[in-house]
Amino acid sequence: MIQDLLFAPFDLGFMRRALAGCVALSLAGPPLGVLLVLRRMSLTSDGLQHGILPGIALGALLGGVTAGGMLPLWPMALGGFAAGLGVVLLAGWLARATGGREDSQLAALYLLALAIGVAVISATRGIDLTHVLFGNVLAVDRAGLLLMAGAATVSLAGLAVLWRPLVVESFDPDFLAAMGEAGAVWHLGFMALVVLCVVAGFAALGTLMSVGLMMVPAVAARHLSLRLSGQVAAAVAVALLSSLLGLMLSFHADVPAGPAIVLVAGLVWLGAMLLGPHASLRARLAASRAA
Amino acid sequence: MVTPAITIEALTCRHGARVAVEGLSGSFAPGSLTAIVGPNGAGKTTLLRTLAGLHRGHAGQIDLGGLKRRDIALLPQASALDRSFPVSCGEVVALGAWAQLGAFGRAPADLPARVAAALDKVGLSGFAGRPVGALSAGQFQRVMFARLMLQDAKLLLLDEPTAAVDARTEADLVAQIRAWHAEGRTVVVVLHDLDLVRALCPQALLLAGSKVAWGATEQVLTAENRLHARLLAEAQTGPERRKAA
Repeated sequence: MIQDLLFAPFDLGFMRRALAGCVALSLAGPPLGVLLVLRRMSLTSDGLQHGILPGIALGALLGGVTAGGMLPLWPMALGGFAAGLGVVLLAGWLARATGGREDSQLAALYLLALAIGVAVISATRGIDLTHVLFGNVLAVDRAGLLLMAGAATVSLAGLAVLWRPLVVESFDPDFLAAMGEAGAVWHLGFMALVVLCVVAGFAALGTLMSVGLMMVPAVAARHLSLRLSGQVAAAVAVALLSSLLGLMLSFHADVPAGPAIVLVAGLVWLGAMLLGPHASLRARLAASRAA
Repeated sequence: MVTPAITIEALTCRHGARVAVEGLSGSFAPGSLTAIVGPNGAGKTTLLRTLAGLHRGHAGQIDLGGLKRRDIALLPQASALDRSFPVSCGEVVALGAWAQLGAFGRAPADLPARVAAALDKVGLSGFAGRPVGALSAGQFQRVMFARLMLQDAKLLLLDEPTAAVDARTEADLVAQIRAWHAEGRTVVVVLHDLDLVRALCPQALLLAGSKVAWGATEQVLTAENRLHARLLAEAQTGPERRKAA
């Protein structure tokens, strides 16, 4: 019985591929997510996943959809990456040009990108819009797996190199600037890694939820540790657990896999927010009772 | 410690269209301890940030007398930092060694000992592993002072170091500022408490967008000068200020 519950789903090749892909996303995304949360850029990732859509659409258009309806993954990923970087640069420029009042500009920018993407996809024959928007983790093929594993490798290696300046820049950007370090370079490198992981996530979770495994575990981790290493470890653990349980839920309860994974992560977040050891509702109540 | 004079000539700093500091000239003598005082919005923080090389929109001359960036340390306003950030006290203090560490350098073997010694000196022995999120405002400021110790800078720029700390901490921090001054470092400190300025700082700069007075503290902090500063600040929040840009 338990054996059926735990292992039966992964007797199937596509489920194993889905799990492997999600493991890659769970290792790469959450550390970036933790830094995004600390840099108060949580919503930026949300906007980015809309921002990559025009590039993905254009990639699909130029890459050519095959007769069998197979999507050209690499052109789409490349297009998405280019579009994501473009949006990051444009957003940075808008932020400077508008003197820090950029949130409204960004909202407009992301919606515009989403609209362009949807329009191009709708006009292209042979592409299923729902597939692009929501992804299908169970349809991840060899190329998709390669994309996710490659992105995870590049992203983890990049983070290992950029970690110290990124953390310092998140905590005290003026300190780094006063030391003569070019914070903008670190920031841009970091954003390139984020875009890479958003693009990798799109193949599995679609452009609407591609940051699900990046952000939800990272937000939950804030309630689980006061240390950065602890938050990163907790976020990765939550992402891995959500991937496994989400895929099992998807298999047994016949729920789409992407949403199932994000839902499980969401439940963990809810639990951490209510009962976690730090800055949770429970911790606040205990503190106010002690005061 | 040998420190050069820092000379400012016709310095004007802008925030977009708004002029924060206008036409400021004067100098900080080597090893001097100068308070910057003035009403809110007088340009005190902007001046410090400009001296630290953080403010881009400025015109005029700043002669740092050959000081390099690593010779200058800035203590930001306490509110400028996220105190819930998941780093430990020891990590924040170790940042003071950035000039030796850089972005990728290996930490020197004696760094943990230097960090522990600095924490010891600010009265936080054994705090190295503690997350800053668990500190009070006063303890956090002590950690920032320990970071300044590691920076070992010739020019210290302190922005409201004693704001929102308890009396005991204030006394300890003031004693440390005195110690830095006694070591021959040049210290520029933004303060609001005029009694503290009189007790601590031989020199003062009264700022209200432009210079009201700069010199010996008693001659700067006269009732007449302070009234002048207040009137100037009120006048400059009007439309003329923007036209000046």
